[in-house]
Amino acid sequence: MKTDRNIAYNIIYYIVIAAIVVVFIYPFWWMVTNSLNNINEIFGKPTLLPKSWMWENYIEIFRVQPFARHYLNTVIVALLGTLGNVLVSALSGYAFARLRFPGRSALFILLLTALMMPIEVTIVPMYFMMNGIGANDTLVPLVLIPIFCSQGAFSAFLLRQHFITVPKELEEAARLDGLRPVGIFFRIMLPISVPVLSSAAILAFLSVWNMYLEPLVFVSSLDKFTLPLSLSNFNDTYGLPQWNLQLAATTLSVIPVMAFYLVFQNKISNAMVTSGMK
Amino acid sequence: MRGKRSKLERGEALTGYLFILPQMLGFLILVLVPLVMIFMYSFESRNLLFGNMGFTGIDNYKTLIEDDLFFLTLRNTIVFSLGVVPLNLVLSLALALYLGANAAGAKVVRSVIFLPVITSGVAWAIVFTYLFQGGTAGPINYILSLVGIEGPNWLHEKGWAMFAVVISRVLKNLGMNVLIFMGAVLNLPQDVLEAGRIDGATKPRLFWSIKLPLLMPSILMVMIVTVIGSMRVFDTIKLMTDGGPEGSTMVLVYYIYHQAFRTFNIGYAAAVAVVLFVIVLILTIIQWSLRRRASFYED
Repeated sequence: MKTDRNIAYNIIYYIVIAAIVVVFIYPFWWMVTNSLNNINEIFGKPTLLPKSWMWENYIEIFRVQPFARHYLNTVIVALLGTLGNVLVSALSGYAFARLRFPGRSALFILLLTALMMPIEVTIVPMYFMMNGIGANDTLVPLVLIPIFCSQGAFSAFLLRQHFITVPKELEEAARLDGLRPVGIFFRIMLPISVPVLSSAAILAFLSVWNMYLEPLVFVSSLDKFTLPLSLSNFNDTYGLPQWNLQLAATTLSVIPVMAFYLVFQNKISNAMVTSGMK
Repeated sequence: MRGKRSKLERGEALTGYLFILPQMLGFLILVLVPLVMIFMYSFESRNLLFGNMGFTGIDNYKTLIEDDLFFLTLRNTIVFSLGVVPLNLVLSLALALYLGANAAGAKVVRSVIFLPVITSGVAWAIVFTYLFQGGTAGPINYILSLVGIEGPNWLHEKGWAMFAVVISRVLKNLGMNVLIFMGAVLNLPQDVLEAGRIDGATKPRLFWSIKLPLLMPSILMVMIVTVIGSMRVFDTIKLMTDGGPEGSTMVLVYYIYHQAFRTFNIGYAAAVAVVLFVIVLILTIIQWSLRRRASFYED
């Protein structure tokens, strides 16, 4: 009797797990398989595999709009934004954790207010500011926002928490060896902080790769588009929506992030959870 | 000796200021200044094309109070949150409790459920726009038709459109909260649970009287973060319904975007943005005071 019930529980357990896997994998499966269909095959009886295996879709997306350019733009913005984010916040995180100067905690608390500042609130004035310096319709605002707005404050917070835990003896020893704070920072602190720096970098990278409202507001010419804008653009500019091409482009934009996730799964999810609770 | 020491200290302070300079300067220019400006704009008749056409006091706010569309967007945003938050919380907590944290199945779910979290909102919204196609064209309606249900034209019917965006949003972000709750469940004090079991508490009793109260700080925290996220929803709406049908999914951020960059009423958009800011501010203050209390208990 008891074992029967256990078996039943086990079966239910695996059914629940299978159901979750199906629900969360299916949208991706559907996206990939239909990116290889022609436009009429997308709507109709759903099938598990593509019907006509139209690999041409993946060539066609580069013809209908400058998709390679959009990809490159996104990579440039994501790399510069991530690099700047990590460098700027490592500097400030270290200073807030370890260097003594008047006003340190007040300034840090002030910086933390950036964590809660929704970009949706500040983006309108930011549009005028960027216009004033001629940075509208360039990639500049898209690089600056992840460095200095809430993502930047979050990285500074994350790195400060980390630098506080580094043993003081390490710095003392380096100081006795004649290193100045700048040397200690670059030669000792940064190298031992690679795991935390990479967490900050992953989060910054994902946030830049996925941002949508910012490019929508700041960028208008086609050759400055980033991927999220490009994807939504298979819909309207060319008259009829090109569904299969949109899906192929979406697949190409999702794949690097997926691959990255599959390799660094735990690191990424842990970092995201930390930021989710900020 | 003393002089040398203070020179060292001064050097350290100087280095400190230099180190925080880039971050603080960027913060000043890209966070604080725009925040002050949005308040200023909200008191001006400002247009995207013609610039500032003068100080108008609280005119924008007066318009706001009489604007039915604004109240509709406010209402829609609240409806959206009331859909997303309970659904997300109940599902993620139930999954975390049911799966535990270390069983083999839990590990599979952990990785799969997190895929949408790292996927861009745009990609997710695009795919769900197709999944929710009306007639029998969309896969969701096809599946429904197999059990004899004729699905609605989800994204083009009032009521159903909101339902569809809520579902796609919940599925997108569920993984985050599942992982947070899995961590919280893992940290439940085993001795307390064991004591409950020895005292003969049934499973539901164990949940309502022991687990739920102990998980309450995490639940409240996750709830506030999820509410703030829902208040700021934009990409899902813009791409799936574009605010429609008949404005039934138009939310606050969409309205800000629309007023500022479609109809060019910058001053008015600023007033709406101030409303959003105040909402997020209040929620954040609640969040921070909750966190202080939570950490007080931990100590």
